[in-house]
Amino acid sequence: MWMWVVHRVTGVAIFFFLLVHVLDTSLVRVSPEAYNEVIGSYKTPIYGLVEAGLVAAILLHAFNGLRIIAVDNSTWALRHQRQLVWAVWILFAVLMLPFLWRHLGHVFGGA
Amino acid sequence: MTAASSPRPAPSLKEPRARSGRLRPGAEQWSWRFMRISGPLLIVLILTHLFINLLTGDGVNQIDFAFVAGKWAAWYWQVWDLAMLLLAMLHGGNGMRLLINDYAHTPWLRKLLHGALGVAVVGTIVLGALVIFTFDPCPAGADPSLLPSFCEDI
Repeated sequence: MWMWVVHRVTGVAIFFFLLVHVLDTSLVRVSPEAYNEVIGSYKTPIYGLVEAGLVAAILLHAFNGLRIIAVDNSTWALRHQRQLVWAVWILFAVLMLPFLWRHLGHVFGGA
Repeated sequence: MTAASSPRPAPSLKEPRARSGRLRPGAEQWSWRFMRISGPLLIVLILTHLFINLLTGDGVNQIDFAFVAGKWAAWYWQVWDLAMLLLAMLHGGNGMRLLINDYAHTPWLRKLLHGALGVAVVGTIVLGALVIFTFDPCPAGADPSLLPSFCEDI
C-alpha cells in the first residue's frame, strides 16, 4: 500500500520535472549564454538538494517498478513481495549513498 | 435417464456489459504492456544519463552549452536522448492518464485534464525532437569561449 503511494508520488514528480527539463535544455537553441545561465541555477546548493531528491525519486520508482513487474510475472516474487519491498529500499540506499557523497561534494565542495 | 445420455445445453450467459465505447478493446492491455516494456528500458537509459552527467568528470558543475554540444556531436547520444525523450514522455503521460482516470470524477474535468495532458506530451516530444535535430554546436556570432573546442576548426 505504501509502495503504491510512493510509486504515484515519485511518478508525478518525475513527470513534471521532465517537462521543465526539456524546456531548460531547449535553451541550447536560443543561445549558449541563455542555456548556461539557466543551467547555472542547477549548480546552486538549493537546486543541488532538489536534484538529489529527484534522483532519489527516480531510483525508488525504478526499483519499485521492477518489483511490480516481478510480482506480476512470478509466483515466487508474489509470495516474497514483502521481502522484495525491503530489497527495493536496500538497493535504493546502496546506490543513493555513494551518489549523495559525490553529488553533494560537487554542489557544496565545488570539487 | 442419465445425464450422459441427454446432455442439456449449458445455460446461455448474458451479454457482458457494454464497454464505455471510448477505448478500443485491448487498448488498456496495450497500455499495461507498454509500461512494462518501457520501464526497464527507461531504467537503463536514465541511470546511464544520470551517471554520465552527474557522476563522471565534475558532475553537475561540468554541464554547460559546450558539454551538451560535445555530447550531441556523437550520433549515439542524439539517439539516446531521443529514445529517452519519447519513452519517458509516453510512459509518464500514460501514468498521468491513469491518475486522471482515478481522481477526476466529473466528465468535463476529466476531458479537460486529458486534453491538457495530450498537449503537454505531444508538445514536449515535438519541441525536444526539434532541439536535438536542429541543434547547432557552433552558432555564428557566439562567444567562442562558450563553445566546444571543435568549433575552432570550422
